[in-house]
Amino acid sequence: MGMTLTQKILAYYAGKESVCPGDLITCRPDVILGNDITTPVAVKEWNKAGFSTVDDPDRIVVVLDHFVPNKDVKAAEQSKTCRDFCRAQGVKNFFDVGSMGIEHALLPEQGLVTTGDLVIGADSHTCTYGALGAFATGIGSTDMAAAMAAGTAWFRVPSAIKVELRGSLPAYCSGKDVILTLIGKIGVDGALYKSLEFCGEGVKALSMDDRFCICNMAIEAGAKNGIFPVDELTLSYVEGRQKRQGKVFSADADAEYDETIVIDLSEIVQTVACPSLPENTRPAKELSDVRIDQVVIGSCTNGRLSDMKAAYDVLRGKKVADGVRCIVIPATMEVYKACLREGYTEAFIDAGCVVSTPTCGPCLGGYMGVLAEGERCVSTTNRNFVGRMGHVKSEVFLASPYTAAASAIKGYISEYGGEE
Amino acid sequence: MRVKGRAFVYGDNVDTDVIIPARYLNTPDEKALAEHCLEDLDPTFVKRVTPGDVVVAGNNFGCGSSREHAPIALKSSGVSCVIAKSFARIFYRNAINIGLAIVECPDCGEIAEGDEVEIDFDKGTVVDKTVKKRFSVKPFPPFIQDIIDAGGLLASLKR
Repeated sequence: MGMTLTQKILAYYAGKESVCPGDLITCRPDVILGNDITTPVAVKEWNKAGFSTVDDPDRIVVVLDHFVPNKDVKAAEQSKTCRDFCRAQGVKNFFDVGSMGIEHALLPEQGLVTTGDLVIGADSHTCTYGALGAFATGIGSTDMAAAMAAGTAWFRVPSAIKVELRGSLPAYCSGKDVILTLIGKIGVDGALYKSLEFCGEGVKALSMDDRFCICNMAIEAGAKNGIFPVDELTLSYVEGRQKRQGKVFSADADAEYDETIVIDLSEIVQTVACPSLPENTRPAKELSDVRIDQVVIGSCTNGRLSDMKAAYDVLRGKKVADGVRCIVIPATMEVYKACLREGYTEAFIDAGCVVSTPTCGPCLGGYMGVLAEGERCVSTTNRNFVGRMGHVKSEVFLASPYTAAASAIKGYISEYGGEE
Repeated sequence: MRVKGRAFVYGDNVDTDVIIPARYLNTPDEKALAEHCLEDLDPTFVKRVTPGDVVVAGNNFGCGSSREHAPIALKSSGVSCVIAKSFARIFYRNAINIGLAIVECPDCGEIAEGDEVEIDFDKGTVVDKTVKKRFSVKPFPPFIQDIIDAGGLLASLKR
C-alpha cells in the first residue's frame, strides 16, 4: 500500500520501510519546541522526575512569546524558569525579549525548521510547519520533558484526508479564507487524529504565508498535522535560511486517503468564523449587521509580512472607525523592522491603530487587548471559543487581515473590495 | 482499578480555554489551576465538585490548545475520570501522560447530571448506578495502557 506524505516522513524517522495508519512508532525529532506557558510545566515535570541533562540541547528551541514582555509577576517567574533552564542545559536557541517573535512565525523565518523535518512543539499551532513539507505536531509539556530527556517521542501513525486545491484565489482572498472555508465544511473535529494533506495544481498559486496560515489552523479541525508538498517556492523560501539541509519527501501515487475534498480556490470568498467555534463560518459580506469594538491583526496565524502588507493596503490613508480599537502586532522582530522600513507602521498609527512588539497576548485573552463583557472583536487569530479573548460574554469573529482591516474602518464586519 | 463519583455532564467540543482560561496560565501550580477549573463553562463547578466526581461530555473533549494545565486542573480539582464520546488528540495524550483517567464511551450521552457513575478500568465498563445501566468503553492500545499502568509518561520512561 502506498504512503501519504506524512506517513513517508514518519517511516523515514522511525527507520522503517513503511508504516500503516494506527502503527505506534518512536522517532527522534529534529526540533522540540516550548514557550513561556508550556515550558515551565515541562521543567516542573523534569525536576519531579529527577532528570539531569537534556539529550541534545541543539534540538531544543524555547521561545518566550505568550506573556512577554512579562504581563505580571507570575508571568515573569515563568519566563525566568525558562531562562534558567535553557542556560543550565546549554540551549542556544532560546529567544527572549528583543530577539523573540511569535514562535510559529519565528522558527521558519530563522530557518530553525526546514523541509522534511520532524518537529514536536508544546504548542498546538506547531502544525504550522507543515507548510514546509515537514511533519510538525503539537504535544503537551510532559511529552516535551520526555523528549528532552530521551531525545525521542512516540507517535501513532495517522490516516489522512486529501485536500485537493484547484485554480487560484480571487483578489483580496487569502490562505485564511481557504482554511476557514475548509473548517466550516468538515467541522472542528472533522480531521480528528488525521493528517490534512494539501495537494493539487492550486498549491502553486498559494504564497508561503498562505500555506503557513492554512497549516497553522489544521488543529482547529482536530488534525494531527497539516502538510503541503515541497515545490520550487518552498525551496526558494528555505534557501539561505535553513540551518540544516532539508529533505524532500512526496506522497506515493497510490497512497490511500480516508476521503478527498476538492476546493476550487477561485470560488473562495472572504470568510468569517462567528462565535464560538471556528466551524461557524459565514461570508464576510453577510455580516454587516455585526458592529465591533476591537480589531486584532497579528498572531501565529496572520502576523507575517504579507499580512501586514494586506492591512497596510486597506488602512493606508484611512481612519479606524470611532469607537473601534485596532491593535496591530507584527509577529517577529524581522517583520516589525520591515513594517518600519516600508512605512506600514506609520500608516497604521496615522489610521488610529496601536502597534505592538511581537506577542501572543490578545489571541488567548492573556493581555494587550482583553475584551469586556458584551464586546465584539474581529481578529486574524485562530480561536473564537467562549471567553477566548476576555470576558465570557465577549465575542470573537475570525477573519483575514483584509477583512479585519476593512472592518476596523467601517466599524462593522465588512469584506474588502479594493481601494475605494 | 475502579472509581466512583457524581456526574457533571457537558456537551460537545469542551475546549481547553473553558477548562482553564488562559488568564490563569501564568502559573504551573496545580492547586491554583484547580481553583479556576471549568470556570468559563460552569462557574459553579469548582464549588460543587467533590473528590472522585466524574466529568461526562460529548465529542472532541479538550479541543484547542496544547496546555497541559487543562488535564492538570481537572485532576487537581478531584475529578477521577473524564468520560467522553471522543477526545481531541493533544488532550488525550496529555491526560494519559499526567495520569488523569479518561475513557472513550460512545454511549455516554445517556448519563444524566448528578447520576452516580462507576468506572471499572480493568473490565472496561462504565456503570450508571442511578439508572442501573452499563456501557462499554473503547480499550486503550497496549502501548498506551503501559504508560497508564506506570503512572504516566515520565514514570514509564524511567522504568
